[in-house]
Amino acid sequence: MLLNFLDALRAAGIPASIKEHLLLLEALDRDVIERRPEEFYYLARAIYVKDEGLIDRFDQVFARVFKGVLGQEGVEAEIPEEWLRLVAEKFLTPEEMEKIKSLGDWDKIMETLKQRLEEQQGRHQGGNKWIGTGGTSPFGHGGYNPEGVRIGGESRHKRAIKVWEKREFQNLDNSRELGTRNIKVALRRLRRFAREGAADELDLDETIRGTARQGWLDIRMRPERHNAVKLLLFLDVGGSMDPYIKLCEELFSAATGEFKNMEFFYFHNCLYESVWKNNARRFAERTPTWDILHKYGHDYKVIFVGDAAMSPYEITHPGGAVEYMNPESGAVWMQRVTHTYPAAVWLNPTQRGHWDYSQSTKIMRQLMNDRMYPLTIEGIDDAMRELTRKR
Amino acid sequence: MRFEGTQDYVATDDLKVAVNAAVLLRRPLLVKGEPGTGKTVLAQEIAKALNAPLIEWNVKSTTKAHQGLYEYDAVARLRDGQLGDPRVHEISNYIRKGKLWEAFSSPKLPVLLIDEIDKADIEFPNDLLQELDRMAFHVYETGETIAAQERPVVVITSNNEKELPDAFLRRCFFHYIKFPDRETMQAIVDVHFPGIQKILVSKAMDIFYDIREVPGLKKKPSTSELLDWLKLLLNEDMPLDVLQNSDPTKAIPPLHGALLKNEQDIMMFERLAFMTRRQQR
Ligand SMILES: Nc1ncnc2c1ncn2[C@@H]1O[C@H](COP(=O)(O)OP(=O)(O)O)[C@@H](O)[C@H]1O
Ligand SMILES: [Mg+2]
Repeated sequence: MLLNFLDALRAAGIPASIKEHLLLLEALDRDVIERRPEEFYYLARAIYVKDEGLIDRFDQVFARVFKGVLGQEGVEAEIPEEWLRLVAEKFLTPEEMEKIKSLGDWDKIMETLKQRLEEQQGRHQGGNKWIGTGGTSPFGHGGYNPEGVRIGGESRHKRAIKVWEKREFQNLDNSRELGTRNIKVALRRLRRFAREGAADELDLDETIRGTARQGWLDIRMRPERHNAVKLLLFLDVGGSMDPYIKLCEELFSAATGEFKNMEFFYFHNCLYESVWKNNARRFAERTPTWDILHKYGHDYKVIFVGDAAMSPYEITHPGGAVEYMNPESGAVWMQRVTHTYPAAVWLNPTQRGHWDYSQSTKIMRQLMNDRMYPLTIEGIDDAMRELTRKR
Repeated sequence: MRFEGTQDYVATDDLKVAVNAAVLLRRPLLVKGEPGTGKTVLAQEIAKALNAPLIEWNVKSTTKAHQGLYEYDAVARLRDGQLGDPRVHEISNYIRKGKLWEAFSSPKLPVLLIDEIDKADIEFPNDLLQELDRMAFHVYETGETIAAQERPVVVITSNNEKELPDAFLRRCFFHYIKFPDRETMQAIVDVHFPGIQKILVSKAMDIFYDIREVPGLKKKPSTSELLDWLKLLLNEDMPLDVLQNSDPTKAIPPLHGALLKNEQDIMMFERLAFMTRRQQR
């Protein structure tokens, strides 16, 4: 059982090893905790999770593995907010929606809806039956009552939500998209990235000390505090992803001081023969892409940020651009950039699961040689690791 | 003995489990969380509960791992040698004991606090691995070995500014102090101000949690700021209706300087208050 748990944790990307497993056994053996499910959960968490960004994941695995073992069955499905909204929209007329909102208790309705769904899914028979029933509005029978929303009938048994089911650490999850909540974490990662790969410099104090101790000249080096990383950022503006792109821009701007040099450029959908620096004057003041390729050395690292969602022609064909006539295809320009700058990545604010459904995203990913990462803490981490990889 | 929190410290259930596990199995306890969430005080409370001396090592950005063991002042010795000082013949005159040395050789089992480990160099925790594992180290200059009779209780705190190395993490119990919810915060306030008016705390907490939600604050006020603020409110004997004031022209909480320390934050907050006032007109 516990070994299965370890496997499940590892499969979920929590870096636990047999060491932690043994520690857990030792702790159980020494009666560190009282024999209560909550205490066991807290103990296991303190042993296996060393990063608050992974607690939510841990909670989900814990619920799954110990379902039926510790008390009643657990709920593992996370019900995304947007999906709830969609479901609600499907089952409610616009008038009803308005009415709920005007009652001012939208959040509460969402909560109830979510809870009902979870209860529904936790049950063996029935499953998510009602979701498919399309026509019959669960709010239909008995009329709509804002305090007691009924969806697909009452649940059979009430049960207390377990601590690990509360998902209290959800907003710390590393795989969440970048938002105001985790932007600070992202910034820290970025700083770390900026300091990596710094050259060594002479450590005068240690050299004097070493020399005095040894009696001969003992040169000591240390990593340079200053950073050496130089960045070119290309941001896709003017689309539905603007808020995310802006956030990303803010993120990097906040880290400006950490980098030796950083330049921002904007493009729309795909990179072509020119970009711009000032959005207000995007048609008047353009920077030829060639100039960038010539001006900034090969040691610059390149980051594209955009959803890469467009008509495939906008990448593959000359003249495919939406706003004007481009003599050479976007693909040609992407190849020029990735050829000039070996260290290059693409950050994509859309969810990874969607990438394969968009032809243009697939093409762009190929052009980037697979170096496309989601705009999440984890994605940023992976991208920075790729950029600092020794080549 | 079991750590159950103390008269002056509110410990949540998950924290208790982590502390007890670390104390019983003598593995370091790594505590992370926003500044002001009671990490440092926790170590002091554990020491109190165990009736053990507390040895505090406050880490700074320039702190080096070996300083926790000992420092050999070779430069001073060289100078003394040139000046013909007789002290020069006794090498131990130039050895300064560090906090780990102190902890390992303490006559009574101590609690060792390594506070804000993330401030130091990335290599810092790695450099301490062996010594913390073995609870012993060798003094190269004098040839002696300093070893602990019994493994001290070790508490390490981090404000989360840097990642810690895996090898280091594998050896620790970990606890993340989630920012206290209202209920926990109420309990914390109660231990600091027993008998405080419930309604005052409730009003103050409304304002406090609201301010924490203001987007873009450089430094969100935390537990310690709330406590400072309550203390001021009590000292000033602020009439309750000032906090309750629904008059929007007085939307800024009195003595808010205790909550917001950063000048930029105060300015932004005042601007926000100004805007709400205008909207309400
Ligand atoms: N759980 C708690 N119980 C009692 N007091 C607390 C608690 N958490 C924080 N405090 C108070 O908040 C203040 C800040 O705590 P401190 O340990 O300095 O925070 P940190 O080390 O995390 O920055 C202290 O005055 C402490 O007494
Ligand atoms: Mg502290």
